[in-house]
Amino acid sequence: MSWAGKILRVNLTEGRCLTETLNHQWAQAYLGQRGLATKYLVEEIDPGVDPLSPDNKLIMTTGPLTGTMASTGGRYSVVTKSPLTHCVACSNSGGFIGAEMRNAGWDMIIFEGRSAQPVYLYIMNDQAELLSAEAVWGTSVWQTDEWLHNRHQDPMLRIAAVGRSAEAGCLYAAVINDLHRAAGRSGVGTVMASKNLKAVAVRGTEGVGNIKDPAKFMRAVNAAKQVLADNAVTGQGLPTYGTQVLMNIINEIGALPTRNMREVQFEGAQHVSGEAMHEKRATDSKPNLTTNAGCFGCTIACGRISTVDKGHFSVENKPQYWGSSGGLEYEAAWALGPDTGVDDLDALTYVNFVCNEDGFDPISFGSTLAAAIELFKIGAVTTEHTGGQELRFGSAEALVWAVEALVKGEGFGKDLGLGSKRLCEKYGHPELSMTVKGQEFPAYDPRGIQGMGLAYATSNRGACHLRGYTVASEVLGIPEKTDPLVTEGKAGLVKAFQDATAAVDSSGLCLFTTFAWSLEDIAPQVDGACEGEWTAERLQEVGERIWNMERDFNIRAGLSAADDTLPKRLLKEAANSGPAKGRVNDLDVMLPEYYALRGWTSEGIPTDATRQRLGLS
Amino acid sequence: MLRSLLIDADKCTGCVQCELACSFENEGLFNPSKSRIRVFTFHQEGRFVPYTCTQCADAWCMQACPVDAISIDADSGAKVVHAAMCVGCKVCTIACPFGTINYNSATGKVIKCDLCGGDPACAKACPTAAIRYVDADQTGFERMRVWAGRTDAGSSATA
Repeated sequence: MSWAGKILRVNLTEGRCLTETLNHQWAQAYLGQRGLATKYLVEEIDPGVDPLSPDNKLIMTTGPLTGTMASTGGRYSVVTKSPLTHCVACSNSGGFIGAEMRNAGWDMIIFEGRSAQPVYLYIMNDQAELLSAEAVWGTSVWQTDEWLHNRHQDPMLRIAAVGRSAEAGCLYAAVINDLHRAAGRSGVGTVMASKNLKAVAVRGTEGVGNIKDPAKFMRAVNAAKQVLADNAVTGQGLPTYGTQVLMNIINEIGALPTRNMREVQFEGAQHVSGEAMHEKRATDSKPNLTTNAGCFGCTIACGRISTVDKGHFSVENKPQYWGSSGGLEYEAAWALGPDTGVDDLDALTYVNFVCNEDGFDPISFGSTLAAAIELFKIGAVTTEHTGGQELRFGSAEALVWAVEALVKGEGFGKDLGLGSKRLCEKYGHPELSMTVKGQEFPAYDPRGIQGMGLAYATSNRGACHLRGYTVASEVLGIPEKTDPLVTEGKAGLVKAFQDATAAVDSSGLCLFTTFAWSLEDIAPQVDGACEGEWTAERLQEVGERIWNMERDFNIRAGLSAADDTLPKRLLKEAANSGPAKGRVNDLDVMLPEYYALRGWTSEGIPTDATRQRLGLS
Repeated sequence: MLRSLLIDADKCTGCVQCELACSFENEGLFNPSKSRIRVFTFHQEGRFVPYTCTQCADAWCMQACPVDAISIDADSGAKVVHAAMCVGCKVCTIACPFGTINYNSATGKVIKCDLCGGDPACAKACPTAAIRYVDADQTGFERMRVWAGRTDAGSSATA
């Protein structure tokens, strides 16, 4: 406890569902969700496996606090080997389906093989069966969601599905749950579609009990909820502006990557900011933001529910986009906005809707388009490739055209689905791809926030802000302020953030709580619920164990220290404005110290002593 | 003083902390499907609406029960189901115009909000004060205060 203790293993090749007992020894070492599912993955697949072959596996996993009353305790993750990065992928999502899995009595679902025909998995408590998805293959996530709700006549059914982009092989397709929450990064949806698995529909009415010490757990939960309510970021900033609270802040410090990271400040940032989402539109006097929304159990409620102006060109004669749906988070707004040079809030919101409707990562999409625009600018991509469409920075029309082309999966739309790295290689300019290990950057320029350069370069899933968010310290002063322009101390900071994050991602809680919570706030909640004694120190160690396990998998998959790097642009071309003007990212200063602190060789390999200390075989 | 639950849907974020608190209080585990209060999501409209028993003064469920298994709690005014007497006939679920009393197939009895004996867990758990437990005779007080504020510059009026 408080694990359900049960795994559902689904063999898609044979069409069988089997129940297994959870490995409790591993649960004590890896906690749950990211850590525990990755342990299963690395034990069960060959690291060299082709990510889109039947031999790859895909795991949907909850944490021990998923489905409990701990604030934000509704998270689930999708773990697999990524087709985008060939690294271990773990994409985390909120919404409600994770808690529903726990309510149905499952910690984890392991998918293996490949179905001969399109199928979906239907779970009603302990009953699980594979059913035909022929009728919805080739349709969007939203259409699939509606079809499943109608078919099962159950409004409480929770659904995760892949869209047309995943089916068409877009390498950064997401698994979308509850219409607009995404296990977004690294192409986990592409793997799901490669298995002919269209959706997972879950209904659970058993409840989550099994709490080790209910009174102690509830005391810890209530105390931690109060910490979130009293904190300026989690109590006010995030509910009011969402993660979009960052747009103007990051622009001001000169770390807002702009026009394929050629610049670090965007003149139109304010027009696509969290503040702008509150402003009333001239046409209908309604703001972009309808309301904020919480995922399961979340007392922060940073989620954005938005509308597009019905008169905007992107939704003309398209009534399916006239209602409210999931609005812009900061990373999506950045990738679709500043990185493509577009400052049209309605266009960004529409494109974000499409990313949810058809299931792909807006960060990778926006960044890939930004690279395509630069390729067009230098003449490497022409209207002959695009079928006549001109690609220009700042063009909302080009942005809207591109997202619709990607969904169709034809012509240049197919190329956009390759991701920035493969697109730039195809058109002969790999240096224009703003990626690490094949994955596109998120919204923090490492020239203006030095620690993030190291975090990106060493992230186990390629460029990512959610593997070591030193922005918290370097920009927001959490837990304490460090200077974003210095490299000193950043190796230790990155390591501490990476390890703590791995633990949080394994608990069932949301990483955003850590704007207010430290592991000292999380440990009593885990300890109240879970078998064993759980302290902040133990969680940090579990996180370090997970980090090294992921690293080990990536090395066995063929990656090396040479992959722990950044695009030349960020290492050689100085920031051209703002507080970081004249600076590049000094990765070479930080990386050796980081390897040493990690207990790795100068080649970035965990030493035997490190492996032994962490109990890694 | 008799108190009642006051729900302000405009403040609800759909987080279902109320459902978790309710099910934990009444069932001993976290199980939204067994909660006496439910949050409904209207996705296209961007609205979240919590809904539960309003504790009718002349309660249909209580009138309809053929075995007198529903009675009034003198302290809280809640209409309470006595599980030992309930035979699971579900007539009350038909009688209630609001649908807030429901059959629980796991126990063969009906369940409804009993105001947690006068200290409702949902109101305590709600992070945005969308659910509050207030003077039953003054449920309109807060709304009146807001309107009063709009008729004058004094938005910080006290009663």
